[in-house]
Amino acid sequence: MNVFIEALVIFLLLAGSGFLMVGSIGLARLPDFFTRLHAPTKASTLGIGGVLIASSLYFSVELPGLSVKELVITLFLFITAPITAHMMSKAAMHHQRKPIERTRNMDLMKPARRRKAPVDNQNPKSS
Amino acid sequence: MLKIIVLVSCTFVGVALLLNLWRLIKGPSVLDRILALDTMYINSIALIVLLGLFLGNPLYFEGALLIAMLGFVSTAALCKYLLRGDLIE
Amino acid sequence: MTRFLPHPLLSLVLLVVWLLLNNTIAAGHILLGGILALVIPLLTTPLQKNHPPLRRPLLAVKYLFVLMWDIILSNIEVAIQVMGPLRKLTPGFIAVPLDMTADLPITLLASSISLTPGTVSVEVSKDHQWLYVHVLNLKNEAETIQSIKQRYEKPLKEIFAC
Repeated sequence: MNVFIEALVIFLLLAGSGFLMVGSIGLARLPDFFTRLHAPTKASTLGIGGVLIASSLYFSVELPGLSVKELVITLFLFITAPITAHMMSKAAMHHQRKPIERTRNMDLMKPARRRKAPVDNQNPKSS
Repeated sequence: MLKIIVLVSCTFVGVALLLNLWRLIKGPSVLDRILALDTMYINSIALIVLLGLFLGNPLYFEGALLIAMLGFVSTAALCKYLLRGDLIE
Repeated sequence: MTRFLPHPLLSLVLLVVWLLLNNTIAAGHILLGGILALVIPLLTTPLQKNHPPLRRPLLAVKYLFVLMWDIILSNIEVAIQVMGPLRKLTPGFIAVPLDMTADLPITLLASSISLTPGTVSVEVSKDHQWLYVHVLNLKNEAETIQSIKQRYEKPLKEIFAC
């Protein structure tokens, strides 16, 4: 295998698994549910993308013919990750999960749960 | 060289899975557990792809694709259940 | 034309995904994928709502590349924040006023926000005027809202011309 391609595969593998680990560390470490939601939706999605593209590259070079099935999985995960995040935050709103004390603008949670406009004096758009 | 790197990546993903398991057991609420389960799905996809790389066999992607789809559907179904208390309306 | 091919883009995407899944460009698979790409949109047309048409496809491609770059940058940023000291983090909610009302652009905007710098979209108000966003490290509220509107909402508005 070409040295350059091997180096690229190694870089993508290490970066991808590193991001996966960072996402899981965030999941274990962050203080409340809403902040925990950030780490897996972003870091894990990019991490799995890196690993899948590395494997796509490797099999395209090693075996005859292109290997593009990984790209479908990557695309699928990138489309579904925000949707699961949105559904989970919706469920958290519905169950009135309390964020940690130092969260700013906590009063916005009430109109968000009822899906109403926030009561905001400075903004002329609110009603 | 590549095999060693794949093993190192497997270690990273394994640590990630253990951290997810810790969050899954500790909770504190149902939603945290669902989130941990969702992340576990993603990490296990990575583990299967790495296994395919290690063995040099591209057949493992079928499994990865299946896990990706089942993971999304199960997370969506669980969240829907928490939102409505009912799955099929 | 519109009767037999109600959603040309959807048909094209279905055909491409079918070929990618089978990892081939053999004539038989193109035929089978073509039949599926014609039949599935016809069967699912009653389920779909009317979406605003894609007006500027080139800008959409550019938007995708900008989004990918932002995803990579935001991940490095979030990784640093997650690994660093957590006491300094100030999470917060913001309400972003929306200038568009159609479903598809708002969905795309919410997804882009969820994938990029330290923000997760939480909820849309019923009248489609406000988008509630949770920010991992909220420093300057007005600046965050302005950057979301500048960077993601403006190109989406131009792409869909609404």
